[in-house]
Formats: sequence, structure tokens, C-alpha cells
Amino acid sequence: MSTFPADLRYTHDHEWLRAQGTGWRVGITQFAVDALGDITLVDLPKEGDLVTKGQRFGTIESVKSVSDLYAPVSGRVVAVNATLKDSPEHVNSEPYGKGWMIDLEPTEKSELDELMTPAAYATHVSAQ
Amino acid sequence: MERRKTPLWDVHKQLGARLIDFGGWDMPVQYPAGTIKEHQAVRSSVGLFDVSHMGEVYLRGPNAREQVDRLTTNNVAGAAAGKAVYTLLCRPDGGVVDDCIFYKKSDEEFFVIVNASNTPKDLDWFREHIKAPCDVVDVSDETALIAVQGPKAVAMVDALAGGTLAHLPTFSFADATVAGVACIAGRTGYTGEDGFELACPNYDAVRLWNALLEAATPLGGLPIGLGARDTLRLESKLPLYGNDLDDDHTPLEAGLGWAVKLDGREFLGAERLREQKRTGLTRQLVGFKIDDGQRAIARHGYPVVDRALGTVIGTVTSGGPGIVVGGAIGLAYVPSTKSAPGTQLTIDCRGKDVPATVVSGKFYKRS
Repeated sequence: MSTFPADLRYTHDHEWLRAQGTGWRVGITQFAVDALGDITLVDLPKEGDLVTKGQRFGTIESVKSVSDLYAPVSGRVVAVNATLKDSPEHVNSEPYGKGWMIDLEPTEKSELDELMTPAAYATHVSAQ
Repeated sequence: MERRKTPLWDVHKQLGARLIDFGGWDMPVQYPAGTIKEHQAVRSSVGLFDVSHMGEVYLRGPNAREQVDRLTTNNVAGAAAGKAVYTLLCRPDGGVVDDCIFYKKSDEEFFVIVNASNTPKDLDWFREHIKAPCDVVDVSDETALIAVQGPKAVAMVDALAGGTLAHLPTFSFADATVAGVACIAGRTGYTGEDGFELACPNYDAVRLWNALLEAATPLGGLPIGLGARDTLRLESKLPLYGNDLDDDHTPLEAGLGWAVKLDGREFLGAERLREQKRTGLTRQLVGFKIDDGQRAIARHGYPVVDRALGTVIGTVTSGGPGIVVGGAIGLAYVPSTKSAPGTQLTIDCRGKDVPATVVSGKFYKRS
């Protein structure tokens, strides 16, 4: 069974969040990366955009398929990983590092309580 | 329902493949190298494909030649013994039942390789339309099929066959012994590269695969999953049944006129295809490239639209990234008036209008 970094929080849609200062960094998990295969294109919002929990904020195209990215929490996009425009393969090679997608400044702090712990996420994944 | 397994299933597991349901079969979609590296390995070196899920059928009997001639759009029956011929099976209305390769052993015996998902349908088709004395013998369940493709494939397989296979012409086949395993070796494939497809009994499949992989690894070769099989065939503009071919489109509309030989022949669908040739096509399968800088991929099922008319004018049948050729490429049925190379198309990619251009020929041609 897979293990997932202990310092992160997770969503049912296979995204991770890492607390960073007042904001949260967002990416997709190794489980998602394995399921997608080689990623060829990542479309992300612009800095300053507002996203709403559960709504689409971007798309990922892999060789085989296209998937939506759903906002894990509501908030303002304060940074976007611009390197993914030319190097989407970073998501495959380092999903928790160079493959991060956006930094969010949450607007609804209570939503953070609904994120999963690594153990809860591991259970979620093993049921799939 | 439990998925079916090829005789190489354990080997795929050991190699770390990710397995998916493919038409009821548990098949490797990719190995740890990933689809892009696998694709590149086939273009630059050699790749091994387990395609044992495909169907294999013998048509045998004193009447085989004339029966085969009634079923095939291409001139399979009249080919020389030892030739492997790509053909369509057509319904009387010209719709495609399947595309397949007929190996002509003699006027009395043909070996046919058909698409996995169509095997039951094709067997029914053969049994319905073939008149005795000609037997339809399904050997799919006891036959493994391994494709070896890439610029280094021929020399590699030839070395394992004691130098007996390099001389085999393209689209020909021969009985061969590869790494001690008796096979039917066809100089055929589905990648746009040179290579072989090796049919052998199930019980020898692991031995053959392991010998091939051992020979391929020092050459930079890799086992290849269905993911790269699809990107390779698309780059070479080879149609996929169920995507680009189906019973709603004729071979002429699909751009496969080269595999339709009408002169003096009467096969199922010939009348309709003759008529279509006379009256002209109203729609055609074209290759397209998404315009540079669009950051979009058009995929199977996306509509081709004409915003001036406010209508859907066509459908994307296959699409994906061009791994070696770059950009995003695809195939679409469009009105014949929109099929000339250079024509601008608009594809609705999940709510976003994306410009694309019709291109002629294959996206990738081997040098």
C-alpha cells in the first residue's frame, strides 16, 4: 500500500495541501499521478483569481486523458507554478515538490477542517 | 466479471505494469518507464507489445479462397501465398465490421488476425457468410501474439531466428523459430515502424517474451503498454476500430480506398462502395493538427463546429499529443468540403473553441 507524506493534508479528489505561512500550497498526489500517466499539459488559473471549493480551477491533460482540478478549499490564488507551462513532467517526477500547482490564501478557514489526514487518505485510496 | 488474462499477465505484473480493463482483458497500459519513454523507445530502438488479446482464426477448406474473396475489400484471395494483407470486412451497406490482416498460406488456408473486442462479432460474421466446405477455426484462446517494433526490431528478431527472417519482405509472413519457439512471423505492425508480429502457442509465450526482452534491453528497448500503442498508431495515422472505423462509416470515407479493390470483384459491400465512388464522398476522415500555441488536446468525441453556421459539422475520432512529432494531433470526420489540407477547423474542446488545421499524410514517417 502507498504511503503519503505526513506533513500534508489531502482531498477525496487526490489533491494535497501543505501549510505555508498564511497560505496553502496545492498539488496532486502520487496516486493521482500514477493513474494519469505521463502529463503533457497543465492549465492553471491566474494569480489573484478566486476559486470556490469543489469548483474547477484548472485541467490536466495526460497522454491518455483529460482531468479537471477541483479547488480543495475556497480562496485567492496567490502564486502559480509557471514552470509547469513548459515542464509539465515535473508533476510526474516530483508531485510533492517541483510539481506543485498553486498557492491558495483560504477565505473559508472552516473548510480546512474537512481535509483528510495522511492515514485517512491512505484508507480512501486503498478503497479505490 | 473477472477480466481475461493473456499468457503474459504474470510477466507484466513482475515488470511493474499498470493494468487496466481493455474490452474485458486485464492489459498493461504502461510499464514503469511511462507512455512517453515507451513511445520514444519504439521510434529510436525497439519495443515489445503483448497483443495476445487479439483474435486469431483459421479459414480452411477447398472453398476457402472464393469464400475469403466474398468477405474482404482488399484482394486477399488473389494474393500470393506467404503475403499478409490488410483488409476491411464490410457489411452490404459499406459499414465496416472490422479491419484485420489475412495471412494467405494457400488457396485452401488463411490465418486471420482480428481486433480483440471484435473477435466474437467477426466469428459470427464468418460463420454467417462462409459457405461450406470451409471451416472457421477459432484459435484465439490458445494463441499468443507478440509485436516487436522499431528500427532495431528486424535485426534483433533475425538474430534470434538464426538469420532466417531479415529477408522477409514487408507484409509477408513465414513459419519461423525464434529463440527456440515455433511461430508464425509476420513482417507487419501497428506503429509505423518496421518489425514483426509473432504468433506462438500460449505455452511458449513467456519463453519467447523473455528471450525478446533480454535481447531488447541492451539496445535500449522496452516493453510497451497500450498507452504508447495508441500514440504510436495515431502518429502514423493508422485507424483504430471503434474510434476511427465503425459500421457507420465506409472504408472510402475512412481514407482506406487503397485497401478496397473493386475491379471485377463482388464482395460484401462492393456495390455500395462502387456507388459511393461514383457519386463522391460527403464526409471524410482527415488528420488535423491543433494550431501552435493553443495548449489544448482534442480527444475522441469532441465536436468539430462551424460557428458561422452555428452547427456541429464533424467529430474527432482520435486525438492526443504528438509524442515525437510534437503538438497535438488527431483524426476527425468532416464534410468533404472541409477536408483539403490547410483547411481551418474549429474544435470544441470542453467548451473552448480551439483552431486546428487539416494536414495530409501521416503525422510521422519513419526515415
